[in-house]
Amino acid sequence: MAQMTTTPPIAAPKNDAPARVNKPRRGRRSMGASIALHGTLILASLIAIGPILWVVLSSFKPGYAVQSTEITLIKDPTFANYEYVLFETNFPEWFLNSVIVASLTMLVGIFFSATTGYALSRFNFPGRRSLMMVFLVTQMFPISILIVPIYTIMSNLGLINTLPSLVIAYLTIAVPFCAWMLKGYFDSIPTSLDEAAALDGCSPFRIFWRVILPLARPAIAVTGFYAFLTAWGEVAYASAFIQTDDKYTLAYGLQQFVPQFNPQWEYLTAAAVLVTIPAGIVFLFAQKHLVSGLTAGGTKG
Amino acid sequence: MSTVTADAAPPSAGLSTKLRRSWDKHWTAWAMVVPVVAVLAVLIFYPLANGIWLTFTDQTEANQLAEICTKSITGGEVCKENPNAWSFVGLDNYINVLTGRIGEFWQWTGTTLIWTFFGVAFHYGLGLGLAVMIHREMRLRGLYRVLLVLPWAVPAFISAFAWKFLFNEQLGLVNSVLNSIGIDSVAWFANKSTALFVAIITNIWLGVPFMMVALLGGMQSIPEELYESAEIDGATPWQRFRNITLPGLRPVSMTVILLGTIWTFNMFPIIFLVTEGQPAGATEILVTGAFRAAFEGIRNYSLASTYGVLILSILLIFSVFYRRVLRKQGEVW
Repeated sequence: MAQMTTTPPIAAPKNDAPARVNKPRRGRRSMGASIALHGTLILASLIAIGPILWVVLSSFKPGYAVQSTEITLIKDPTFANYEYVLFETNFPEWFLNSVIVASLTMLVGIFFSATTGYALSRFNFPGRRSLMMVFLVTQMFPISILIVPIYTIMSNLGLINTLPSLVIAYLTIAVPFCAWMLKGYFDSIPTSLDEAAALDGCSPFRIFWRVILPLARPAIAVTGFYAFLTAWGEVAYASAFIQTDDKYTLAYGLQQFVPQFNPQWEYLTAAAVLVTIPAGIVFLFAQKHLVSGLTAGGTKG
Repeated sequence: MSTVTADAAPPSAGLSTKLRRSWDKHWTAWAMVVPVVAVLAVLIFYPLANGIWLTFTDQTEANQLAEICTKSITGGEVCKENPNAWSFVGLDNYINVLTGRIGEFWQWTGTTLIWTFFGVAFHYGLGLGLAVMIHREMRLRGLYRVLLVLPWAVPAFISAFAWKFLFNEQLGLVNSVLNSIGIDSVAWFANKSTALFVAIITNIWLGVPFMMVALLGGMQSIPEELYESAEIDGATPWQRFRNITLPGLRPVSMTVILLGTIWTFNMFPIIFLVTEGQPAGATEILVTGAFRAAFEGIRNYSLASTYGVLILSILLIFSVFYRRVLRKQGEVW
């Protein structure tokens, strides 16, 4: 796999973004323009991370400080909220369930959407156009309405209150979009690579596995990120299919901190931070590839 | 794009030979898509067909069974016909929904249109602006990019809580800030326009990173030479943006705007968790309104399906129309 990527004529889009930046061509930007540019970006960044930061700060405050009206950034910092969430609830179990569900969705989702995307990109088989349309149409189904029939199917299969039911349901959300995106990316990899490999006697599956997949790593990182997040944050299916406390996923388990009246904001903030951390880690791995991975996917649709 | 092109079988060949040829030629492609097609067929298209059928009945949780079975003393089961069993009602469900006898279809549709329009417009506008800025070479570029994309990594329900918390009437940061500059607290969720405003802001915050990243990707595929020659011809930055960047981004833009519209239209968690329809259901959009109408109390399967079919129809009509407009402008897609 690794040696394939270093073979000389690689025409796939470069994954290091700086290569194609608009260089300032007329010398340097003026001082004023520079300040305006950085000022706007700093403001935008603050808006982007502000709410997250506020939740993080609140999670270290004791309950009475969270429930008070005065603004304080830091007040009597404490880990009590985290201790409560981690040790007084089923949090570790929910966390493990979520990790299992999200990872499986990610791995299986990548596999299925990569093979499908490749077939859509390289072969002009009967049914190709309609499959593309179907993928677009699946994005239009309101989940809240599909729940009941899918629930019936799952219970017929005996999968209610099991984690696989969630994985299967999340795959139906993630795979069409991911396959669409990967198809666009595969389109941008020249077919001459496939042809060369075919001349060397590679079967289509082998070409896909040894030549194309390694080149598509940025797009696969993005796809995986999307699939993981889809599964990680989903609530509706989880609330419908899972019935016992030990099978809850995080997203659904956390709802218990939001009773109709008097939500326990201090626990909620700590739990929110704990939920976001794994998503953030996956994000950090994927973010380098985000732009180049979406490039082709976006352009070709 | 495709290496395998179908050459027509000779007309003399029989149907079975044609099938055989087709199979020989395409079996690898079919083998690659078959798992996905199978899962989609079972979990999306069967439910859809089932759902369309349900819209012509009056099935609910209560009258679903055609027979009611009770255990008799001897251990056997005695079944008798359910006197209140469901029946076909023709188009009654659609009539009830569209005339407003059940739910507030037209009001929800109006809210959904406002919600979708502002959501997508700001997603795209802000995403484009940020993408243009971050596309230049400058210091701290990588850092800005990570920070700006961060909201994408936060699960939607967590963002919903975070914003609901920020706009909380008593404890929220926003009201505290307003108080400190001498403005009275605003009861954000007591009023339709402010509640919808909060929900739309949340959704904008959530959706800009995707647009930004997609457009940034699109910009990288615009050839650098175009900018260079435009510069030699003396084009101003604005002209370069209007005449190179925007047309170059057209294919990406068309795709992400269509997807964004569909996603925002069906965006369930934000309205459901942030405004909860407050005040008194005024900020309900179609998906959340339908969910509450159909699933609060006795679950009304036929009503839920009716809304589902209506929502799907609206989106299908929209995308057909959208593509037709694009095609008229010469877009091959």
